Amino acid sequence: MNPTRLRARQIERLVEAICLTAALLPLLMLGGLLLDVLVQAWPSMRLSFLTHYPSRAWASAGILPGLVGSVLVVSLTALLAVPVGVGAATYLEEFAAPGRFRRLVELNLANLAGVPSIVYGLLGLALFVHFAGLGHGLLAGALTLALLVLPIVLLATREALRTVPDSLREGALALGATRWQVTSRVVLPHALPGILTGAILGVSRAMGETAPLLLVGAVSYVTFLPTSLDSPFTTMPVQIFGWVSRPQAGFSANAAAGIVVLLLTLTGMNLAALVLRARLRRDPT
Amino acid sequence: MTAPRLHVHKLRAGFGGKEVLHDLELEIAAGTVTAIIGPSGCGKSTFIRTLNRMHELVGGAWVKGRVLLDEQDLYASDVDPVLLRRRVGMVFQKPNPFPSMSIRDNVVAGLRLTGTLSRGQTEAIAERALRQAALWDEVKDRLDDPGAALSGGQQQRLCIARALAVDPQVLLMDEPCSALDPIATARIEDLIHSLRGRYTIVLVTHSMQQAARVSERTAFLLRGELVEVDDTRKIFTKPNDRRTEDYITGRFG
Repeated sequence: MNPTRLRARQIERLVEAICLTAALLPLLMLGGLLLDVLVQAWPSMRLSFLTHYPSRAWASAGILPGLVGSVLVVSLTALLAVPVGVGAATYLEEFAAPGRFRRLVELNLANLAGVPSIVYGLLGLALFVHFAGLGHGLLAGALTLALLVLPIVLLATREALRTVPDSLREGALALGATRWQVTSRVVLPHALPGILTGAILGVSRAMGETAPLLLVGAVSYVTFLPTSLDSPFTTMPVQIFGWVSRPQAGFSANAAAGIVVLLLTLTGMNLAALVLRARLRRDPT
Repeated sequence: MTAPRLHVHKLRAGFGGKEVLHDLELEIAAGTVTAIIGPSGCGKSTFIRTLNRMHELVGGAWVKGRVLLDEQDLYASDVDPVLLRRRVGMVFQKPNPFPSMSIRDNVVAGLRLTGTLSRGQTEAIAERALRQAALWDEVKDRLDDPGAALSGGQQQRLCIARALAVDPQVLLMDEPCSALDPIATARIEDLIHSLRGRYTIVLVTHSMQQAARVSERTAFLLRGELVEVDDTRKIFTKPNDRRTEDYITGRFG
């Protein structure tokens, strides 16, 4: 083999090795992190951790209010943000005439998605807690998170709508369908898997948020479950944050166990999204 | 003589500041097949899309002049383009069956989309349209299969069936065979033959042979101008205009 060819092959091998390392590194780090959390969490890993309320004694403390709070807040958030986000994206993509207004809105959307979550927290505190008088309850928290999630859902929906070929829209319009008939019967069903992914992504984001909820008044020591929309509440990240700031070692085990529960919940949600997507792809109606 | 089904009068159309069609004048008799020929970019597609008001869906598009369908101006302010498109159906260059729908649902999609399909009609309408589109025998045993599973030529016939199921008066075909092989093309051409008389067909085509084979009248468009329109036989044997002759003899285009 001539030297130039040999050199080219060596460079090829080197590049491949570098790329492989780059691909493995994050995986290894993630694995290490998970392992570390699991080891730390071990003393607190019991089934009662899921069913107990927080307590002054770490060994009898549990994450129940956080788990229930997270599920409630996130469901409310999804209920608020997904219809509005999907609706707004549908309007922008399918109905709004291209022009200055649409450009202005789209520019702002890209910026909104990049605003730090603490800013949404401040906005939520001013707007929902004080101005609207909702108090430091579930609804104020969900509304705040909905603001945060809205741009994510909207942008994802927009991308999903853009993947629908124009030939389908034209085909339906040429049959004498109205814009809305085209959108509801052809475009949205086609884009549904993408929209769902975006919605789950946004909702997962809400699941992990802590800062805005601390601002609107989620507390880390709640010994009851929320009973109404203005009930005080906590969520898993807030609860974890609370435990981490306690000096006793037992509470850091609780925090680690809380992280495990949080990660499992997120994984479950993403898995559900994957299954749903695959099913929609296979059997579209 | 009865009024033409379509009467295009002083039609000008374009996008923004660019005029694509200049003062077109054309009459199309009911039940005939009219071919629109011309080199790429001459405005054939724009023209055919002004006939069912699909042209205006593109940003910046505009239309001036009149297009009369049975003596009624399509561009009159009281005409709803949505209702108009049920009278003037369209088949596109690339077959575009709805990928998430079965063959049967594709055929009745127009009626279902517009909410004009009553229960129990589906089977009869689907069969009638598929027979008209010469596709019935090939798909009758698998009407529940996805429309996208058919071959390209079958998909295009499915799209024709879909357009016919709405029961239009006019059928616009925008280069319907440009994505098909010669055998599939021949089947579509046979189909056009069989639809003549019942439907008024306007066919945009790249292929002069196709125009000669299937149409009764041929219009030659060049740079947005209607150079000549006449009986197809006459256009291909004794055209009046020098430019038409140059084009059909392959001197340009």
